[in-house]
Amino acid sequence: MSPFLFWIFVAIMLVFAIGVIANRSPVASALSLVVSFLALAGLYVSLDAFFLGAIQVLVYGGAVMVLFLFIIMLLDLKAERMRKVNSAAVLGGLVVILLFVKILFDVSYGFQGGVAQFPALTQTPQGDAWYIGMTLFRQYNLPLQVVGTLILVASIGVVILSKRELK
Amino acid sequence: MVTLNDYLIASGLLFAVGFAGVLLRRNIIIIFMALELMLNAANLSLVGFSRYNVQNGLPDYNAQVLVFFIITVAAAEVAVGLAIIVALFRAKQTTHLEDLNTLKF
Repeated sequence: MSPFLFWIFVAIMLVFAIGVIANRSPVASALSLVVSFLALAGLYVSLDAFFLGAIQVLVYGGAVMVLFLFIIMLLDLKAERMRKVNSAAVLGGLVVILLFVKILFDVSYGFQGGVAQFPALTQTPQGDAWYIGMTLFRQYNLPLQVVGTLILVASIGVVILSKRELK
Repeated sequence: MVTLNDYLIASGLLFAVGFAGVLLRRNIIIIFMALELMLNAANLSLVGFSRYNVQNGLPDYNAQVLVFFIITVAAAEVAVGLAIIVALFRAKQTTHLEDLNTLKF
């Protein structure tokens, strides 16, 4: 992938991620979130992870997105009113984030192996979905069952949470 | 040329943005979206390392399977979390964190 396209996708991803946390209206935040996730799917494809790119679009761009919009509209959330901000908390938050970014750059540029180019991949007749399926069902069969059970439990839990009358 | 470091920086910046959302916003739904951003940032660095660790001309598919599991668990987590938020809204009529101080010491 050309560096130009990479930086375009990174820029879209970060700008819309900032849009998520900067927008006052929750619907605008949710729509920014999906654009950010679609750019992230583009980055997955640039890393030759085509299957994960497709899953990212289907699960996040489709399912999670619809859930968020559905809940926002169900609760009928309006754009937030400006409230009195706790400036000490905001200042503390910004300091923590800036320190995190500084450490991130220090660690990433101190990591010597990271500046090497990605090794070339050999072309195989099977796509990467085939290899992921083989790894998933051969080496990670038990975790797959556990995750399936987890989803079952989660869906039952959601039904119980939304049925019960809370007092 | 795009290197692993560029992907790690992009993933870290996405994580920082999500972190900022959790720390600075007070709307519980926005905080939940920012949590999703942080999960996805972790996924991006995992896929980057998977592409970096090439063996026999193939990327490391263990990492991609881990990302697959993370996406699955995150989808379940979104469903449960939003159900909790709906239950919270029915009980308290608010999604603003400063109005939810029952557990505050």
